[in-house]
Amino acid sequence: MFVRTALLVLKKDVAIELRSYEILSTTLFFAVACVAIFSFAFVKEGQAAEDAAAGILWIAIAFSGTLALGRTFERERYGETLKALLLAPAPRPAIYLGKLLGIVALMFATEVLLVPMVAFLFNAALFGRPLLMTLLLLLGTTGYAAVGTLFAAMLVRARTRDVLLPILLYPITIPVIIAGVRGTSALLEPTPDEALVVLWISLLAFFDVVFVTLSLWTFEPLMTE
Amino acid sequence: MKALFVPLVVVAAAMFVYAPIAIANAPYESTMLLVQKVFYFHFPAWIAVTAGLVTCGVASAVYLFKGSARADRIGAASAELVVIFALFGIVSGSLWARKAWGVWWQWDARLTMAFLLELIFCGYLLVRKFGGPGAEKLAAAMGIFGAATAPFVYKSVDWWRTVHPKTSVMTSLTSTPGGTIMWGVVWFCAGAFLLLYVALLIARMRLQDLRAQIDQLYLAAED
Amino acid sequence: MSKRVAPILVSLFLLAAPLLAQQPPSAAQDGFVPANELPPGQQLPAAPFLIGAYAFFLGLMLFYLWTIWRRIGKVEEEMRALERRAHGGGR
Repeated sequence: MFVRTALLVLKKDVAIELRSYEILSTTLFFAVACVAIFSFAFVKEGQAAEDAAAGILWIAIAFSGTLALGRTFERERYGETLKALLLAPAPRPAIYLGKLLGIVALMFATEVLLVPMVAFLFNAALFGRPLLMTLLLLLGTTGYAAVGTLFAAMLVRARTRDVLLPILLYPITIPVIIAGVRGTSALLEPTPDEALVVLWISLLAFFDVVFVTLSLWTFEPLMTE
Repeated sequence: MKALFVPLVVVAAAMFVYAPIAIANAPYESTMLLVQKVFYFHFPAWIAVTAGLVTCGVASAVYLFKGSARADRIGAASAELVVIFALFGIVSGSLWARKAWGVWWQWDARLTMAFLLELIFCGYLLVRKFGGPGAEKLAAAMGIFGAATAPFVYKSVDWWRTVHPKTSVMTSLTSTPGGTIMWGVVWFCAGAFLLLYVALLIARMRLQDLRAQIDQLYLAAED
Repeated sequence: MSKRVAPILVSLFLLAAPLLAQQPPSAAQDGFVPANELPPGQQLPAAPFLIGAYAFFLGLMLFYLWTIWRRIGKVEEEMRALERRAHGGGR
């Protein structure tokens, strides 16, 4: 019942998104614009700064993730579907899980196009260790989205929701950003430092487990009056 | 709790009056000499921050799951105290760092965690003020997640880089001649800070209780 | 739900132990010269920083107490106004 509900919510979100690609395309172009702005900030004499690629990639992921979260829940708020979901006789944490999977899928779809772009613009060997890179991206995105989905859902009824989401989300997810950037940097070295990357991946995995559990636990009391 | 306020203030005040004497008489630490004496207030301030962090986290969880309004008020009061004590911790650490390391700021584990705690609990206060109806629950979530992320921030920055004396100041206290005296002063000041923290918590709680009372009065007046 | 989650959270924190026991990479001391090894001409006097820190503490505590006192004053004022309206206007 739990997993079925979560998958149903995911299926609903995917079905709506596939109709117009509204959130995916806007998020993707925002991420591209982000990368462009940061590139111009860090390029000197036509060459980007050495470690810029990893940092710029994760900043773009964080910023576009905030946008995706805001837009997804704005859509729910506008159609008043969140209220309907909460009224349904389904376990509340399952609804959270379904939304989380949807956001992770959305962000990952953005990253699939973002990573090659960053690799191309910065001549960064992001595909040197594809498995580790994918794991890093997946775990980092899940950690960021776990806290983000909870906060975006609970802020749906707040008046200043658009500005409060980044204010609340960024400090909490700093460990994810640190781990993501340092892990990606380690992969971009001339000889990738695999032990170090595995260290950061394990931190991310632990963060994910703790914060998904915490979110599942607090979703229900937060969403009820 | 309220009955404790006056005795707490008296004892804390007495301790704070004696503290400068104790600090001035404490032996110099070997490498940093005079400026190390900031430590006697800097470290206890962080003890107070930790007390506030735990209080806020637990109170927020109790409020969220049990609906206890009193827990919500405790959470709000302790969050504000975290912001205040952490501000002092950061400023005193910064002044100490300027003299001891030559720089105002460094991105190491403890400083970064301090800075992020400050941001997180400022976020708590902001969401309480501007979150609209039901903001207490949003703030409670922030309190819980803020308290939960602190160890992660610490560990991740620790692995990233560190310049902050790991525990060298603390361990060098035992190896320095006169180290036991220094330990004594540190824990004395820590005690003073904890008493101060509780006294301020009670004072701040009074404000929250009054606000709750006036909300009730408004509700009653509407009938 | 909480009864099931609590043991999970506890075991998670126990699992954290091996993770935290992992050795971090050796910290690179990025060419910093400890300030007490600087030639005396470049060293800063300690007293202003020390006094500044303690003075800031005193100032901060006084400021905070003053803000609490002011806010309590405002709420009490509001309560009195409310009482006056309830007893003056009503009856």
